[in-house]
This record gives sequence, structure tokens and C-alpha cells, in this order.
Amino acid sequence: MGLASNAIDFQAVGQVFATESGPLTALDDVNLTIAQHEFVAVLGPSGCGKSTLLRLTAGLMLPTEGRVSVYRQPVTRPRDDVGIVFQQATLLPWANVLDNVTFPAKHKRGRVGALDRERAAEVIAAVGLKGFEARLPSELSGGMQQRVGIARALFLNPDILLMDEPFSALDALTRDAMGYELLKLWQASPKTVMFITHSIPEAVLLADRVIVMSARPGRIVADLPVPLGRPRDESALRAPEVQDFAAHLRELLIAKEPAL
Amino acid sequence: MSASADTPVKAPLAEPARKPPSLPLSERLIAMPVVLPLLTFALLLVLWEAATRVFSIPSFILPAPTRIIEGFSAVTPARWSAHVWATLRVALIGYLVAIAVSLPIAIGLAKSRLMSRALYPLLVVIQSVPVVAVAPIIIVVLGTDDAPRVVITFMIAFFPLVVSMTTGLMATPPELIELSRSLRAPQYREITQIRLPYAVPYIFSGLKISVTLAVIGAVVAEFVAADVGIGFFIQFSTSMFRLPQAWAGLVVLVAMSLILFQAVSLAQRLFFPWSLPKERR
Ligand SMILES: Nc1ncnc2c1ncn2[C@@H]1O[C@H](COP(=O)(O)OP(=O)(O)O)[C@@H](O)[C@H]1O
Ligand SMILES: [Mg+2]
Repeated sequence: MGLASNAIDFQAVGQVFATESGPLTALDDVNLTIAQHEFVAVLGPSGCGKSTLLRLTAGLMLPTEGRVSVYRQPVTRPRDDVGIVFQQATLLPWANVLDNVTFPAKHKRGRVGALDRERAAEVIAAVGLKGFEARLPSELSGGMQQRVGIARALFLNPDILLMDEPFSALDALTRDAMGYELLKLWQASPKTVMFITHSIPEAVLLADRVIVMSARPGRIVADLPVPLGRPRDESALRAPEVQDFAAHLRELLIAKEPAL
Repeated sequence: MSASADTPVKAPLAEPARKPPSLPLSERLIAMPVVLPLLTFALLLVLWEAATRVFSIPSFILPAPTRIIEGFSAVTPARWSAHVWATLRVALIGYLVAIAVSLPIAIGLAKSRLMSRALYPLLVVIQSVPVVAVAPIIIVVLGTDDAPRVVITFMIAFFPLVVSMTTGLMATPPELIELSRSLRAPQYREITQIRLPYAVPYIFSGLKISVTLAVIGAVVAEFVAADVGIGFFIQFSTSMFRLPQAWAGLVVLVAMSLILFQAVSLAQRLFFPWSLPKERR
């Protein structure tokens, strides 16, 4: 209820980087609350601080202003209940699918036990890669590699899943297919998802809520619920109110693009 | 596509019966990566032999291949193996020392900006010192057994190793380092489980360069002070005006470098096949 069910909470968060050409304000006065098991898409032009938002949530960096909390605890370091999926799958090229998925166990605890392998089999099946356990990343398509990346993030069964433009390196068809599969995964095993993208259709297809950010300094300019129930399919996406919503998002994004 | 190709309408009327596809000769030669260089080499030897005979080139200027082969028998096999072993031993020990020293330095350079700022200029200075010029000094300081020769070999083989290892250790995708940090794994595992394996292709390119440099280092050291070794043998033979024999020593050195280089390549292919460029697997 109320605060108790908040998974992620940003309070007046600012992030300033020291760069060679002086301080760079990546985020400015960001206030954001994501409820448990909510699927939130963050939409914004590149360089607006989306990845910074994700890194702050992951505890990979601390904000220079304000406070980031996860389950009402200030984030001071990475947490066990947060998983990350990156834009590029960034798998270990020398390790097969199974070893890539169990890598978090090996890396964190130094060994991979029988339970770990059971869990890996589960998540590998969940992302549809059963039978590919012994393949090397170089033997997989881009879409399959990203499935491994998702399986690796799900392996430790995180409650919060942070995804940084996970499908942006994929071709359009694969991208749509992966979106639907992600929804299935999320419905089968609910998680709080912060999904970063700069694709409006992707945000509309996947999210309960869309956060729109402005270009530097990154600010939240809109925070809108997606007018669409679940489960979703292509026909639902073609509904006029959904089209209007997408058009509205587009306007918000274009308005925030700096004049050339 | 295939359907339309089958239709009779499209069948060309005047085309003669297809001959089996034949590649031009140059294409067929390119498809034989071993044969082609061997052929070139054999041709070169024949030309070389012919030239020395036709122009009666004296053997102290350019001995014919057949004279060089004779040069091999000027020395007993036992003596040859003593020379080979002396050079090989120094080259290998110097090489191994260079690997052992460069790895921790490379890790330090890659992990700590402080260390890379403090150490890198120094390394460049050391690298700029002409080892051949320092060799006599090192021999005076360290005496005349293996130690100074190993040091000289080390100095020549070391720098490419540090550079390639450092480059490799820093080539890891930043996302994997973030993954490591997000797991709060022990620091050393970031090195052993992510950075080092990622550096393997870079490390091997350094290892390949350095192994041939190690042979050069051992020979340079022998030029300065030694009473055994291929480098010593070449210098001694030259001073006695036995040039075919010196050329035979040179052939042995080339063979040694090639074999060592191939051994390193083979180790990479056997133990780290994933680290090779795709088409060579
Ligand atoms: N560690 C850092 N040091 C300096 N500048 C950074 C750093 N990380 C990000 N930035 C800058 O902050 C801005 C936002 O970056 P980022 O969050 O990666 O944007 P996005 O993911 O939306 O493309 C960019 O201008 C980027 O150059
Ligand atoms: Mg980004």
C-alpha cells in the first residue's frame, strides 16, 4: 500500500559529472516513483541521462544530489535483488550459453552448484533457448544472444529488472518478437521493470507507464499511463486511442529535441 | 527466383553445354596456403643457386644454398645441439621472465590510473634505450653466465608484452565491469574471470611478437659475450671467414624463431580457439 509498495523512488535526484570541459548536468531534479511489479518505460533522446537513471537505481553510482531508494532503503551500493540487461548482450565469448547464464554465481560466489544449474535450466527454458546450452555466443544470432543476456539477468531471480535499450541492437522483426516474449516472462513471473528505450512503439507495447525525458539536462517532462489493458497484441496497438497516445509521446519527444 | 529459372521460356537458346566450373590458376593457387609459399621459396633457392654459379659469386659474399648445406656438416651434431640449446635456453628463460614480469605490471597499468601515470613514461624510456648498446654494460655488471643474457633477452621481449596485455585488459566491455560490480564480486575475479580472458587475443599477439624478439635478444647477448650458442657460432664463423657455416647458423636461427612462433600460435589454437578470428577456426 502507498509507500510500502514502492520499489524504486527518486527524490529530487541530480547528477553532475565532472568532465574535461567542466561540469555536465546529466540529471536535474528527477522525481520518480515506480510501484512494485510495475513495468515502466523511460523514453528520451540519447544523452538525456537514461542510462544514468538506471545506474543510479542499480547502485553503480551515487547521485550528486537528492536520494535514490529501492524498497525504501537508500541505495548505497549494488543490491542482490536487482538484475541488469544491457544494450549489447555483452556475453563472455569464451563461455557457452549455460556458463554465461550461471556466470553471476561463478563470479559472485566462485562456484556453480547443482542448484545453480537447475535454476539456469529454468531460465534458459523460459527465454526459449533450451537445447542451445552448449553453444558459444558467436554461434548465436543477435536476438538469441540478447535472450542469454536476459536469462543471465533473471538467473539470480531479481525482483527488479533494469533494462537499458535491450532490443535496440536487434532488427525490427526480432525486436517485436522479443518484446512479446518479455511480456510473457514478466506476466509469468512479475517483476518491477525499468525499461529504457527510445522507441515509442516499444514503450507503448510493453509498459504500464511511460516516462518521457528531455535532452540535457535530463528532466522528466511527462509521466503517463499507457491507455491499454493486458494482455496486449498487435490489434490492441492499432486502437485509435493508443495511436493518439503514441502521437502525443512523439510530440513530447520532438518538442524536447533541441533546435538545430 | 528458382521457379523462374526453371521455366523453359527463360532457357537460353544458344548457350553451349556447360563445362565444369574451373577457377583461374591464380585463384587455385591462392586456395593452397602452404603450397604457394613453398613454391616461391623453392624457386628462390633455384635462382639463388643459379646466380651464384653463373656469376661465380664468391662464397664469402653469398654462398650458394648447396654450400650452406655443406656448412652444416662443418660442425658435429653434438656441437650443433649445444649451440641450439644454449640459445634456446636463454631465449625461453628470458621470454618466461618477461611474461611473468609484464603480467602484474599490465594489471597495475590497466587497473590504476595512478600507476599508469607513474609508470608508463618510465617504461617508454626503458623501451627507447637501445638494448644492443646496453648489452656490454649488462655483461660487465652481471658476469658472463646465463644471467646477463637472460636480462638482455628480457629487455627486448618485455615491452610488446606489457603493451599488448595492458591494451587487452582495458578492452573489456564496460558493461561486463558493471555486471561484476553489480554482483559485488571480489575484485580479483574481475581480473581473473573477465579482464584476463578478454585480453587473451591481445596477449597472444604480444606473445607471438615477443617470442621472436626473445631469440633476437639471446643472439645479441651472445654477440657481446659467449662461448656457445648460435649467435656466438655465427660471429665466430664470420671472424674465421667461414661464411657458409655462418649462413647455416642463420638458417638454424630462422628455423628456431619460426618453430617458436608456430608453437605459440598452436597453443592459442589448442587452448583458446574462441580467441581466434572467425575465419581461421
Ligand atoms: N561517467 C560519466 N562521466 C562523464 N559524463 C558522463 C558519464 N556518464 C554519462 N555521462 C554523460 O551524461 C549524459 C547522459 O548520459 P547517459 O545517461 O548515458 O544518456 P543516455 O543513456 O540517455 O543516452 C551524456 O551527456 C553523457 O556523456
Ligand atoms: Mg544509454
